[in-house]
Amino acid sequence: MAHIQLKNISKSFGNHTALTGLNLDIADGEFFVLLGETGAGKTTTLRMIAGLEKPTEGQVFIDGVDVADWGAAERDVALVLQQYSLYPRYTVRENLEFPLKPKIRRLPDAEIKDRVARAAKTLRIEHLLDRKTDRLSGGEMQRVSIGRAIVRKPRVFLMDEPLSALDAKLREALRTELKNLQIQLGATFLFVTHDQIEAMSMGDKVGVLNHGRIVQTGTPHEIYNNPRDTYVASFVGSPPMNLIDGRLINNRAVMAPMNFELPLSGGAKGFGGAKTGAATEGRPLVFGIRPEDVYLESGAPVEARVHDVENHGVEKILTLRVGDTTLRATVSARTDVAIEQSVRFAWNADKVVLFDKGSGVSLRHAS
Amino acid sequence: MATAVMTTLDPNSRSAARGMSDLTIRNLFIIPTIVFLIVFNIFPLLYSLGYSFTDFRASSPAPANFVGLQNYRELLNDPFIWSNFAITAKYVIVSVVGQVIVGFGVALLLNRDIPLKGLLTTLLLLPMMLSMAVVGLFWKLLYDPSWGVINYALGLGNFEWLSNPDMALYAVAITDIWMWSPFVMLLSLAGLSAVPKHLYEAAAIDRAGSFYTFFRITLPLVAPILMIAIIFRTMEAFKTFDLAYILTSQPTTEVISIRLYKMAFQEWQTGRSCALAYIVLIMVLAITNIYVKYLNKVKER
Repeated sequence: MAHIQLKNISKSFGNHTALTGLNLDIADGEFFVLLGETGAGKTTTLRMIAGLEKPTEGQVFIDGVDVADWGAAERDVALVLQQYSLYPRYTVRENLEFPLKPKIRRLPDAEIKDRVARAAKTLRIEHLLDRKTDRLSGGEMQRVSIGRAIVRKPRVFLMDEPLSALDAKLREALRTELKNLQIQLGATFLFVTHDQIEAMSMGDKVGVLNHGRIVQTGTPHEIYNNPRDTYVASFVGSPPMNLIDGRLINNRAVMAPMNFELPLSGGAKGFGGAKTGAATEGRPLVFGIRPEDVYLESGAPVEARVHDVENHGVEKILTLRVGDTTLRATVSARTDVAIEQSVRFAWNADKVVLFDKGSGVSLRHAS
Repeated sequence: MATAVMTTLDPNSRSAARGMSDLTIRNLFIIPTIVFLIVFNIFPLLYSLGYSFTDFRASSPAPANFVGLQNYRELLNDPFIWSNFAITAKYVIVSVVGQVIVGFGVALLLNRDIPLKGLLTTLLLLPMMLSMAVVGLFWKLLYDPSWGVINYALGLGNFEWLSNPDMALYAVAITDIWMWSPFVMLLSLAGLSAVPKHLYEAAAIDRAGSFYTFFRITLPLVAPILMIAIIFRTMEAFKTFDLAYILTSQPTTEVISIRLYKMAFQEWQTGRSCALAYIVLIMVLAITNIYVKYLNKVKER
């Protein structure tokens, strides 16, 4: 169990800068999810904590100790990779025993047996123990590679998109299993993913990484409801937050290109904080509203046409068209709508997030 | 069946314009090779099998008499032939083991990021490209007791490499190791670079030491291709003739192919030497078969 800190980490590969000024603080026993698009620098961050890569600048601390000169073995971390990296030609049991058998730290046989049995039981792979690894399915392989991580009781678990190569059903099942495992072990987990659903459902804390910089760190709830900027707003959530250009005039949101208005009671102060309140009036803004906070109502202020309907069973995602701009709304599956039908909508004004048009930063986060 | 897998000829191609079908083109490529093989390999092979049962001498006009298995019986009962085989076995073991150790070792050294890696690899491959006779002549000079470079460099004084009966076979083996280690190195390098890098990373994370990683990951994964290198080198070493013949003429270096050469072209016992050649062939086949069986086992694991 360990507390991990990254201080002002930068990493470049030749001319390509992968990470710039990265700061991270992962508390002991926390399930931290690093979320970002492909190429954002997630894997590099992970490999630097594991000791497989050295930072160009900055320091990595494990339990308050600078581990710059430590190799992967001394850092005592476990790494689960997307491509499983099981040792070929060995059985599942031999793979699980591998980390326990090096001569230097060889454990007594009884202890090895016991640990393998326990890991196999936790991951439900007991029936596979004597099978060769090339005869396993993707999900089984991933369980074995997680198993190889947990037999050792490392200080930190690092997971590099372990679920992204699996099919949807299995991914869901393993997601729950991993989360339970983390609670059961009480271990520090750093989980890297590009899948915002994984981040939302598993993380105690989520860090959003964009182009080698941490954009926002917070609980899933914070990230979802109070995104720091338009990038986070559009990256997290499926469908993403609606972002509409407009201005705030007399407690009303006036959407410039769409020529429609919505009430925004409470005024700028409620959204921008006291400092920015005065300057908010009339300046170019981006209004962010989650699709589930847009609702249809017969007496609502804005008229739109239904552009598209996506039926997800539990809900329907509507794409509404006003003028030549569109926005999404999540409605109950029972709502009866047809494409090109005319509807009226309103928004849940408390949930609106205001972003500065120029910088894209939320007014609530701007200092 | 063969025609089924072939793709049809592009109707606009030049070959099509000349009225050649796929089959014609295939035959154009294959028939010369097959003719060559039959004339120079298969035919002599079968013809010499016939001679091995006769007392034919190519130097005399006397007709060949059929003697049945007499040649084989006498050869297999000849203690001198067996001592030739023993010398050959010793030579094969020393030279192949040496080549595997040196070749695999160099491959391990090269299998990392070092400057000028490509150039270094190419230079190391040069000995393999030389002609056996040239290598033999050069090493004869290098081994020379009074002014050879080797004695000078090692400070061995007038140590006799080639005329010392106990040392001569090792001297030949050393030359062979020098020449053919690059071959083992090349194949090992191919095997080593095929080991996925993430396995080494996983092993590092699993806190495996370098020895443990080598014996548990590297070696098992390179084993099949290393086996192939060993098969080739064993077969070649078993047949060694030129190197040993050029370097020295000690009785202790008379490997089986030198004995065979003497029997056939100095003593002109054509029929008997054909029989000996067949015995050698069967032995090589047997050894290779054992290796191939083992190779398949290694691959399966």
